[in-house]
Amino acid sequence: MLTRDWRGGELQLLAVALLIAVTSVSAVGFFVDRAERGLARQAAALIAADLVVSSAAPLSPAFAQQARAQGLATAQIRQLRSVALAGERLQLVEVKAVSPGYPLRGELRTAPQAYAPDRPAAGIPPRGEAWVQPRLLQALGLEVGDSFQLGEQPLRIGRILSVEPDPGGDMFSVAPRVLINLDDLPATGLLGQGALVNYRLLIAGEAAAVQTSRANLALQLRGGEKLLQARDGRPELRSALERAQRFLSLAALVSVLLAGVAVATAARRFARRHFDTSAILRCLGATQGRIARAFGLEMLWLALLASTAGVLLGVAAQALIARLLERLLLVPLPPPSWQPLLPGYATGLLLLLGFALPPLLALRQVPPLRVLRRDVPVRAARGWPLYAAMLVAMGVLSYWQLGDARLVLTVFAGMLASVALLALAARLLILLLGRLRGRVGVAWRFGLANIARRPGASVVQLVAIGLGLTVLLLLSTVRNDLLRDWRRSLPPQAPNHFLINVQPDQVAGIRAFFADQGVARPVLHPMVRARLVSLNGKPVSSHDYAGERAKHLVTREFNLSWAARPQADNRIVAGRWWSPDEQGQAQLSLEAGLAETLGIALHDRVGFRVNGRVREFRVTSLRQVDWDSFNVNFFTLVPPGVLAGEPASYVTSLYLAAADKPRLAALVQQFPNVTVIDIDAVLTGVRRLIGQVTRAVEFLFLFTLAAGVAVLYAAIQTHRDERRYESALLRTLGARRGVLLRGLLAEFLTLGALAGLLAGLAASALAWALAAQVFHFAYRFDPAVVAWGVLAGVLLVGAAGWLGTRRALNQAPARSLREAL
Amino acid sequence: MDASANLVQAIGLGKQVETGEGMLVILDDINFVVAAGASVALLGASGSGKTTLLGLLAGLDRPSSGRVLIDGQDLEALDEDGRAQLRAERIGFVFQNFQLLQGLSALENVMLPLELAGAAEPRREAGELLARVGLEKRLGHYPNQLSGGEQQRCAIARAFAARPSLLIADEPTGNLDPHTGARVIELLFELNQARGATLVMATHDEALAGHCGQRLQLQAGQLV
Repeated sequence: MLTRDWRGGELQLLAVALLIAVTSVSAVGFFVDRAERGLARQAAALIAADLVVSSAAPLSPAFAQQARAQGLATAQIRQLRSVALAGERLQLVEVKAVSPGYPLRGELRTAPQAYAPDRPAAGIPPRGEAWVQPRLLQALGLEVGDSFQLGEQPLRIGRILSVEPDPGGDMFSVAPRVLINLDDLPATGLLGQGALVNYRLLIAGEAAAVQTSRANLALQLRGGEKLLQARDGRPELRSALERAQRFLSLAALVSVLLAGVAVATAARRFARRHFDTSAILRCLGATQGRIARAFGLEMLWLALLASTAGVLLGVAAQALIARLLERLLLVPLPPPSWQPLLPGYATGLLLLLGFALPPLLALRQVPPLRVLRRDVPVRAARGWPLYAAMLVAMGVLSYWQLGDARLVLTVFAGMLASVALLALAARLLILLLGRLRGRVGVAWRFGLANIARRPGASVVQLVAIGLGLTVLLLLSTVRNDLLRDWRRSLPPQAPNHFLINVQPDQVAGIRAFFADQGVARPVLHPMVRARLVSLNGKPVSSHDYAGERAKHLVTREFNLSWAARPQADNRIVAGRWWSPDEQGQAQLSLEAGLAETLGIALHDRVGFRVNGRVREFRVTSLRQVDWDSFNVNFFTLVPPGVLAGEPASYVTSLYLAAADKPRLAALVQQFPNVTVIDIDAVLTGVRRLIGQVTRAVEFLFLFTLAAGVAVLYAAIQTHRDERRYESALLRTLGARRGVLLRGLLAEFLTLGALAGLLAGLAASALAWALAAQVFHFAYRFDPAVVAWGVLAGVLLVGAAGWLGTRRALNQAPARSLREAL
Repeated sequence: MDASANLVQAIGLGKQVETGEGMLVILDDINFVVAAGASVALLGASGSGKTTLLGLLAGLDRPSSGRVLIDGQDLEALDEDGRAQLRAERIGFVFQNFQLLQGLSALENVMLPLELAGAAEPRREAGELLARVGLEKRLGHYPNQLSGGEQQRCAIARAFAARPSLLIADEPTGNLDPHTGARVIELLFELNQARGATLVMATHDEALAGHCGQRLQLQAGQLV
């Protein structure tokens, strides 16, 4: 039955629609799965391993032995503070002594000179050599190749350390890093009694082995030893990827829903063409149940075959997406897992169940009398269970894809409203057309009559085509807006350097320096170090919190800053910002995410220890901060004047083009205590990420486009047989090809233009809703969208219509008539 | 016989189609002429090839061998559009199952051939024809709002609209009850006579064939 029906054409369309849906769902599923795991590896780079055992006392060598026995790689780190000495000059340094193999995850980069281009390091510093941050050179007045004294050991400066994967601690720490070989450490004599040394064992390898090792180690830990595991990757990467994933899922969902419309349309036609078969079967004694089972089984086979093909295509497609994103993460993407297979198959089945089965069930109801009289009407499947089945299927699929009820509701409400409006507008337009046709020539009259004659069917077609076009337009507008928004969030001149540790009496000097150089006019933000001590009068400790991030936040130092107005990339989400006459009051504005993590609400009292004294502040506003902007931003802000007199330092971010970088040398000479932090490498990574995500999004967009075209094609095919029959009849009556062509064109172009017009308007409305509700960017109405809609409708429907009916134009009329009857 | 007096000439006409089990011969070496103004009944059992022969005569299909001349014009010498033009100008059709365009009203259906032939006042002429067949009160009705007999009368009006010299009718009463069928036939012959057209009608109704001046009997694709 399957093979026989295949030649009918509807099954091919059903299969293609299913294929598109399953392919896009599984491509996105496979890709997101891989990217998720890739991101976990990226997070691992931040601790240079998958797992770290850290302690203030030497670690048992058994830990490393056990890990290696499980096939895992290991490396050692000892970290301590010491003083570097060169002649008369002294500098506090952070010494990091590492064993071969470091870093197990992530990348170490060095340069031959300060502020020169860097490249990945091969291995670790050889014995007798140190790789240092450029600040040490400034502080000690040294050059690469010079030596300095670390404890009792002289070390030669081999290279400049530009990027270490696991800087750890505070980015704004003042002591420059000195990276040495672990074997040099004993000779320095720094490991003596009372030295504050951090001992770390790095472990990395297969995920399963790492988990086993983690469980083993957890049982053996002694007091003071703790396990660190890679958790959250770089936040700026995560937020970009999350948006990309959201958009990819949305695009996939839209492909699925569009495919659903195509499936429903094709299934209706399939059912209609099988009325006679069913009538004969019933005449021969087949029960309704038997007929339903026969068609049901046929659909099941189709779903399985199409889903298998779709999943395979999905694997191929995700490989392409992954290639596009290959260098996005510093580590290669892990191979695909088989988990996304399930959603692929489920999508295929659900689509058929929800969209194709209801019209097919009407076949059960075909009256056997139809065998004798073809004009006996077949009762269509009852309306509401049919639509209910579709809605449920759509709901399940949407929630599965997006996992975000609010987004699902927005998409749904939008779709339903579009359908209702499209149907209403389509009806009105068709009524208008009916009046028009008395005034046009034979070809146009025939075309317009075709639309007006089946107002019901034409409305369905207009809605299907309109919906397809709406989604395509919507996706292309949202996509363009989204991409533009992304690019704007990271303009080419995003700040790429931070200056920290600027003293209050240097603020004017720094401003003057940059004004003289004509480079930039940096905004300097004050900050005062503070420790969180109480919440609503009760002392706060890390034991109060379960989450690792919360524990970490509680123990670290906060930077309290003050400002009269919120920065442009901050948005108040609760409470209100202080007014000018509230300056000097003990108010506090918290970053919303931090407040949530620490369980701090609006109006809570928060106590900080500032310069040895506890100060209490009341939370009067919560802010959402756009961290992607790379501007200096603070978790905690207070009104100006509150912290007057407390020891403050200043910080700023600024953009320096590559050619302007050497000016930094002059800056650090003039202000030796100011620390320069270069984040060019990070920015380049993020830019590359955005570029690659953009390409992935565009790639997936092709699937949606294909689904949209399938809908158009299915909608036009619905009445293909009638069209062919009528064309043949007209030719019998003496109509020439040109007349027929004009008639068909009149119909398709009118349909296309109407659908396009409606789609353009609907897409604009939906884009506005999505922009405001989901993606949070400003939307501007663009009349070009409507124009594109009309153009796309005319072209697509015209082309699809011509393709679907051209055979009738070129064939001898007797043949078309016979085929159609 | 003077060739110009023959409206229809079938010369060695054959039609074969390819089927799964080899070539199927539908028509084999058919030769006949129909004089202008004559009426011909084409008789034969179901499957004898009547409808195929009518299709070939009207240029709706192309023969496998032989040729058809209408008013001296070889249909094979024309392309598809040329044949359509010829039909528009000279041939009218009445079908067993009426074949009215469902999207067009009765009036629009009758206007169609007039417009295709480039008539000056298609609306007026179509209205008059419909009045002639007794449908003057149903001009704006759609085919599915008309009874079978009314639909066939509308189809007859449409067939004569462009003043064809040849009228081809394929079992025109096949789908009608005897009483309605008789009325329709009356109308058909009345109009045929009034307009001086040549009639070729396929039927297996002996009584109906009796109205015609000439009989052609088809059996298994051959004239007997």
